Amino acid sequence: MTHVLEVRGLSKSFDGVHAVRGVDFDLTEGEFLALIGPNGAGKTTCFNMLNGYLRPDAGSVRLRGAELIGRPPRKIWRMGVGRTFQITATFLSMTVLENVQMALISHHHRVFDLFSRATRLYVEQAMALLELVSMQDQARRACSELAYGDLKRLELAIALAHEPALLLMDEPTAGMAPSERIALMALTAEIVAKGGVSVVFTEHDMDVVFAHAHRILVLNRGELIAEGSGAEIRANPLVQEVYLGGGTSFVQEGAHA
Amino acid sequence: MGFYFAQLLTGLANASSLFLIASGLSIIFGVTRIVNFAHGSFYMVGAYLTYTLVTMWSGSVLGFWGGVILAAAAVGLLGLVIELTILRRIYKAPELFQLVATFGVVLIVQDVTLAIWGAEDLLGPRAPGLDRAVRIMGEPIPEYDLALIAIGPAVLLAIWLLFHRTRWGVLVRAATQDREMVGALGVNQAWLFSAAFVLGAFLAGLGGALQIPREAVSLQMDLSIIGEAFVVVVIGGMGSVSGAFVAAVLISVLNAFAILVFPQISIVLPFVVMAVVLIVRPYGLFGKPGSEHGAPEEPDQPLTLMSQRSAMVLATAVALLALSPAVAADFTMILLVDVMVATLFAVSLHFMMGIGGMVSFGHAAYFGVGAYGAAMAVKFFDFGMLPAMVFGPVCAATAAIFFGWFCVRLSGVYLAMLTLAAAQILWGVTFQWQDFTGGDDGILGVWPAKWASSDQVYFYVAFVLCIGGIWFLRRAAHSPFGYTLRGIRDSQTRAEAIGINTNLHQWMGFALAGGFAGLAGVVFAFSKGSVFPDSLGIAQSIDGLIMVLLGGIHALAGPIFGAVAFVMIEDWVTRLDYWRFIFGAIILIVVLLAPDGIAGGVRRLLRAVKGGAA
Ligand SMILES: Nc1ncnc2c1ncn2[C@@H]1O[C@H](COP(=O)(O)OP(=O)(O)O)[C@@H](O)[C@H]1O
Ligand SMILES: [Mg+2]
Repeated sequence: MTHVLEVRGLSKSFDGVHAVRGVDFDLTEGEFLALIGPNGAGKTTCFNMLNGYLRPDAGSVRLRGAELIGRPPRKIWRMGVGRTFQITATFLSMTVLENVQMALISHHHRVFDLFSRATRLYVEQAMALLELVSMQDQARRACSELAYGDLKRLELAIALAHEPALLLMDEPTAGMAPSERIALMALTAEIVAKGGVSVVFTEHDMDVVFAHAHRILVLNRGELIAEGSGAEIRANPLVQEVYLGGGTSFVQEGAHA
Repeated sequence: MGFYFAQLLTGLANASSLFLIASGLSIIFGVTRIVNFAHGSFYMVGAYLTYTLVTMWSGSVLGFWGGVILAAAAVGLLGLVIELTILRRIYKAPELFQLVATFGVVLIVQDVTLAIWGAEDLLGPRAPGLDRAVRIMGEPIPEYDLALIAIGPAVLLAIWLLFHRTRWGVLVRAATQDREMVGALGVNQAWLFSAAFVLGAFLAGLGGALQIPREAVSLQMDLSIIGEAFVVVVIGGMGSVSGAFVAAVLISVLNAFAILVFPQISIVLPFVVMAVVLIVRPYGLFGKPGSEHGAPEEPDQPLTLMSQRSAMVLATAVALLALSPAVAADFTMILLVDVMVATLFAVSLHFMMGIGGMVSFGHAAYFGVGAYGAAMAVKFFDFGMLPAMVFGPVCAATAAIFFGWFCVRLSGVYLAMLTLAAAQILWGVTFQWQDFTGGDDGILGVWPAKWASSDQVYFYVAFVLCIGGIWFLRRAAHSPFGYTLRGIRDSQTRAEAIGINTNLHQWMGFALAGGFAGLAGVVFAFSKGSVFPDSLGIAQSIDGLIMVLLGGIHALAGPIFGAVAFVMIEDWVTRLDYWRFIFGAIILIVVLLAPDGIAGGVRRLLRAVKGGAA
């Protein structure tokens, strides 16, 4: 099996407090991996180091053998890493379709083109991406009018525009209604199943995690404490202690996401 | 040694004056997030009122200080009136609206002051009991300067006590740091804002009042102080009163010594210091990130291409314009060239501001550099008209590339302030560098080539360049380059996440806008046959902002409507007495009643007509 991503010894501390300490893991081609842990466990910090927003104190992250650490986020994106945001970030003064077109324009290195009409570029590819997330009917709507769940789906379409090898999704379902969460993650699982992209995501809602993730990593106080399938994780006494001992259960965790 | 000490004391006395006005500006910004251009007007009115009161009660110590305090209090009251009638309505508007609205107040106050006190400079009495000089280390030091040196820190202390020992002060500080939180605490925001504004106006009035024994009172006091006051606030960190104090001392003392080496430096020094500070500390010495923006804007509607009917209307208008020399008189030709120049200038400003989200308070810099570039090419290198018309915009774009590199690292008000600093530096250079730029006398004899010397032919030269430039920028707005700029404006995070180098892109957008402003400047220079430092001045920059705002910032056609309306109104109004008052009133009416400008009004009208027809 080939590894898309190899993370070794990833560490980061803020003012002497270890937010992430010695995290190692591999991601297999086509895998759908969940990174879970209580609030403040270091999940977002991990993600930010993977996609270049934070520089780790130590460690290495290799995407198909190429080191990512030290590169700015936009270079990492060009190497084939897509991402969605915990709080959505889209171009609100554009239509849904234009948002996807922008990602394609950038991917094809045409942002400095002064003479073409932006709205006429890559229309078909952009529509195809919107179809993938079932947003084609809303293509011409202004992005500022979308419901939150639709914005999340749009972000997914944008993140897939440059055919990334790896997709990083930090709390993709935060702020969504429970039914929307299941739908979004089912959609993501489908996309993974089609092949070509591997996904790492963080999630509060344990139903979502156990329903879709191929494998689960548990982070606590910056360290990986367990790894395995849903059943293995549920049965792991250490994990139970972290969640139950901390006064929160799997179910409650989801509630205060 | 004594001489240097005396120089230091002069610097400190100046610092106190500067601090008084800047502290008020900083408090107002900190609490209300309004960049108050009218602050200079408060300062000026404070000085005029004091002049009247102190000459009336001349001679007595009580009369002098009573006059000073009373005048400052009256200015505080004036501030309250302006806050209640104007600013209260625009707290939720983008910073550009607020700036232009307060500039409307500046114009109105100027004419009211002119009507009351007349155009002559007025020389007030000295302060009784403090009208001599004492010798310190052998040098004569005015007693009044020593008093000022004490007053500055005393006011700082008073503000500090007010902010730390009263409930109101604690709220003001909380509001400065986090406005939402204060709203959430259930504090009456309206009252808090009014009180902060009154305090700020009072301090400005006090600053003006205390100038009476030091300088003549004149109608230029408002705009001459405002640039420096902004600089002090920005260097100190917006909203920080102690920052304003440190910055005022820094600038005034540096200035007191720098003029010994470089007598001409005063004009540019504050702006150079500000540029350096902002590059090292983007939020000023004591500022914190997060305080840079006014209220968030509503997202724009997606751009649409022109409907066939609008395209027809536009084509007809352009065709009529092209045919106008056949029928119109010469003075109309000249006015039409002015209109085209203003339109290209406004469209280039809108490109960086409306599309790129980079509000510039100093866009005239590139207009002026274009004009001067062409004029100097003609004068020193014997360039013909056409080569000079290429050279000017290249100079402007080069200047924009240079200053833009620094500016795009900042955003919001800080970016705007740095653009203002850049413009003031360039203005100072043209003003002071007599040998090359002619200083105040400008450069004369920049006439078109022989073949283009008739008004009709020059009209067509201007037509090709300006309409061509406007067409190009419109096209660019619809291009991937323009869309990317808008994307960065909407969400820098998203833009970076799809691989866009946001700094580089904004930098190029800045340069492009600067280059086209330069083209407008070149056409302007050859149509007038001369260039003056005014072409880079604050007033020219603000004219551009007013045009964009008048037309409506959210529409691509906005700056076109705005510039045409602006030049027409200006042409008509400036023939009248008290035209500033009228102009200021027009600005306020637009800002308060039609914040989406002419383009927005037309759009609403069309929608209503269509709705009525359906
Ligand atoms: N920029 C930062 N500065 C200081 N501490 C931080 C910063 N970002 C995160 N932390 C700390 O690091 C720890 C991990 O945070 P985070 O990665 O956001 O956790 P999670 O996403 O798992 O909830 C927390 O204790 C948090 O307070
Ligand atoms: Mg997190």
